[in-house]
Amino acid sequence: MAARAMWKGVIALGSTKVGVKLYSAVQDRDIHFKLLERNKHAPVEQRMVKPDSDEEVPYEEVRKGFLSDGNYVMLDKEELTKLAPKASREIEVARFVTTDHLGPEWFVRPYYLGPDSDVESYFALQEALADSGREGIVHWVMRNTEYSGVLRAVGDHLMLITLRHKDEVVSTKDVRMPNGREHSAKEAQMAEQLVVAFEDEFDPSIYKNEHRERVIELVDAKSRGKRVRLKKVQEKKAEPSLADALSRSLLSVHKKGVSHTKSQASTEPAKAKKAGSRTRKSSTRKERSVA
Amino acid sequence: MPRIARKKKSTRHQDEPTQSDSALPKSHWSGTLSFGLVTIPVELYSATRSSRRSLRMLAPDGSPLARRYYSGEGKALENDDLTRGFELDDGSFVVVDDDELERLLPDQSRDIDLTRFVPRTSIPPLYFDKAYILAPAESTHSAYRLLASTMERLDKAGIATFVMRDRQYLVAITSRDGLLRAETLRFADELRTPESLGLPPEKKPSAERVRHMKAAIKHLSKEQAAEKELTDTYWQRLEKLVEKKKRDNEGVVPARVEDAHDENVAEVIDLMAVLRQSLANQKTPKADKASQPGIKKTRPAHAEKTRARR
Repeated sequence: MAARAMWKGVIALGSTKVGVKLYSAVQDRDIHFKLLERNKHAPVEQRMVKPDSDEEVPYEEVRKGFLSDGNYVMLDKEELTKLAPKASREIEVARFVTTDHLGPEWFVRPYYLGPDSDVESYFALQEALADSGREGIVHWVMRNTEYSGVLRAVGDHLMLITLRHKDEVVSTKDVRMPNGREHSAKEAQMAEQLVVAFEDEFDPSIYKNEHRERVIELVDAKSRGKRVRLKKVQEKKAEPSLADALSRSLLSVHKKGVSHTKSQASTEPAKAKKAGSRTRKSSTRKERSVA
Repeated sequence: MPRIARKKKSTRHQDEPTQSDSALPKSHWSGTLSFGLVTIPVELYSATRSSRRSLRMLAPDGSPLARRYYSGEGKALENDDLTRGFELDDGSFVVVDDDELERLLPDQSRDIDLTRFVPRTSIPPLYFDKAYILAPAESTHSAYRLLASTMERLDKAGIATFVMRDRQYLVAITSRDGLLRAETLRFADELRTPESLGLPPEKKPSAERVRHMKAAIKHLSKEQAAEKELTDTYWQRLEKLVEKKKRDNEGVVPARVEDAHDENVAEVIDLMAVLRQSLANQKTPKADKASQPGIKKTRPAHAEKTRARR
């Protein structure tokens, strides 16, 4: 069954319009806890107070203060409402730039776009955009908020990723890494060999959020009244000089002849990766027991 | 998940930044990048900051507000009175405290183990979550520079998992302009797919319609930096309103001294200051020799933990 779109809009490339539906590409998998009173295990209430007197200020009376030159300029809800952008369905393309123009530090949240009614125009735009090697910088208003984003062809579909504003991204333009000793050709070569030895395809399915899974196990075990034993673990050892470490790394990689982690190579068969059953290093942990 | 704030009224003043602290940005994490047997101590800094940082919640009289928790009976609660609970269908709670959650974290904690390098551009953009900059944490940058230049030359990203504060992250380590970066990635099960959303599969459009779209794209194609399009127009309108109110002296109240201090410190990340700081120890050639690249410095095992809990 098709998911429900969270918003409908119209991409405007000048006078060319393409109707789209917007779907969140992210689904929340976190386990959400409520804050409880420790003794009674009862949910707590959150209130806004003046910190010095603990005097409560009801939500309706809370103002926003803009810090400026050592003063707060107070803004009430009415003033802020007036600043809200005009509602619109239009996703306006400001320009198309080459993809990879903006680094991932600009990305906030991805959305899939699906066709609204004109399916052919949607896929025509998808195809044209994929062929162009470009992405659109777009602006739109959704739920009273202005967004900037990139419009991209991803797979067979279109995607919109919201972007940060200019003053939210730390510029590294003027950062110059300090000079130091030049690397020897041998070091550079060994480092390259090591990267190449560890080369692989990007396969996100092999990574699991183990912590999240263990939290679910813990909650599950506790809800069935089980006692849970938990232990904490140790650190790794250091190694001497750079060249020495590089050559020994290479040696150990070549011996094993596979591009896998040290722990993996020694504890897991290579095909475990394909089965998608790999959880990093978990097999080497003996001390921990949940449930 | 939000941590229970540990700050207590009585310790407030101890938590305020001192002059020397405020000169350098806070690092979110410090640990080591492991590359084969080479270990590179790094500090992780946010590559982004909130543009809404100067907006605060105030009482009608202009005093800044704080969040406080109360019991159902209206009793004010201190942090020690709080714990967490997962609500079951019947309305009861499974109680889990922060220490338990922390003990469930994987043991690779202080390391980012680089054992898988993928073509940088092969990571689909929807995976990228938060962006950080990795600064070398030692006086000798040799191993750091070697890894950065090698990865940049080969255009590779190292994929790994690591633990920061109370969470486990999937991360892509990338290199740009000699600087290593860490981009946290969403886990695959946190992403939907066109199939799971029920988007229609591709339907071949007519050549003419595609040609029309190509012409429209070409018409709007520009080579200038996209950043120009990324000004915060809402914020500009807000600033205009604030300026007007200041001129009219309407709703202007003095901020407390420590708040005004925050305004000046802001969250501007001066990377040059970070790098200078890490170089400061490297004075004599002798000192350089003593701290061989790749040697992992002994680090108090629980230093990070203490910091995260504050």
